[in-house]
Amino acid sequence: MVQLTLPKNSRITKGKTWPKPEGAKTVRKFQIYRWNPDDGQNPRVDTYFVDMDKCGPMVLDALVKIKNEIDPTLTFRRSCREGICGSCAMNIDGINTLACIYGLDEVKGDVKIYPLPHMPVIKDLIPDLTHFYAQHASIMPWLETKTNRPAKEWKQSIDDRSKLDGLYECVMCACCSTSCPSYWWNGDKYLGPAALLHAYRWIIDSRDEATGQRLDDLEDPFKLYRCHTIMNCTKTCPKGLNPAKAIAEIKKMMLERAM
Amino acid sequence: MRYLTDRKRAMGLGAAKTGVHHFWAMKVQSVALLILIPLFVFTFGPMLGEPHAAVTAYFARPFPAIIAALTLVVGFKHFADGCQVLIEDYVHGFAQKVTIILVTCLSYGAMATGLFAIARLAL
Repeated sequence: MVQLTLPKNSRITKGKTWPKPEGAKTVRKFQIYRWNPDDGQNPRVDTYFVDMDKCGPMVLDALVKIKNEIDPTLTFRRSCREGICGSCAMNIDGINTLACIYGLDEVKGDVKIYPLPHMPVIKDLIPDLTHFYAQHASIMPWLETKTNRPAKEWKQSIDDRSKLDGLYECVMCACCSTSCPSYWWNGDKYLGPAALLHAYRWIIDSRDEATGQRLDDLEDPFKLYRCHTIMNCTKTCPKGLNPAKAIAEIKKMMLERAM
Repeated sequence: MRYLTDRKRAMGLGAAKTGVHHFWAMKVQSVALLILIPLFVFTFGPMLGEPHAAVTAYFARPFPAIIAALTLVVGFKHFADGCQVLIEDYVHGFAQKVTIILVTCLSYGAMATGLFAIARLAL
């Protein structure tokens, strides 16, 4: 049976409230999930106050400011700060998104920040994405061909190339998969929206010669058919992509070859 | 604790190479019920509260009896298939198999009981 409540050692407790910055006129309150695997304590939510007159406009700016100026132990992933690397995916104000492209002005009231839901936490805002990446690798995210010629670039029509739009832009941030209840309950077997969107990206590629094998590998009540079109994936995608549509297209192709 | 690679965990036992039929059956049943449920409501509804003789005479006619029988068959098959998906979502391991068997038996039992009742009325 799925576990509907958090285990005892995962229940969140009240954390530390850090002092307000002195002389600040515009102060914003941040409530941030903290968990350290080394101290044996339950997770807690720490409260920070940030001087917004001296802070950049994005949530990541505030996190970096907190880490630099208030609490250097706060741990989170970040890299490109422009929505390309997908590192800073986290749950902000109840929405899975990228901290670097999510404006603080989009959050009403206190800014509540948690790691991506329903994933094992490594520390603070860092989820363990090992299984997520392994699932991505399992769909063979590369061009698979049997024909060995031409031994240079393979041509693709403009129409066929345009079919990849809305798919290739995925940065594998895991916002979609971790927003999906089906992935929460059956993430061990269900591939999740991100891996399936990538699977469709290669299935639909006119140059790929493993279309049938790719469909074979997805034809499974759990790998593919756990998608119940809940649409959280599409709603939350920080890149504005539509994984639910990609999954629906795979299901249509499955039917097309079966009937 | 098993020492498995991440890739092996992700691959599991591989794809079952099934699922399309179940998916398609659910879609077909849904469309059928979209037509059958209104017909059932409009054919079954007028008989509510009527005397026994009027009901048996009504269901001796082919159209109301066939609509009621089809609604029962398709409805309970849809219920069984839908419950299977629901159980697979939330119940895992041995309990999953047992629950699916129970719900399937319940569905076919209810379907058979309904059909028997219609047959009693119609024949």
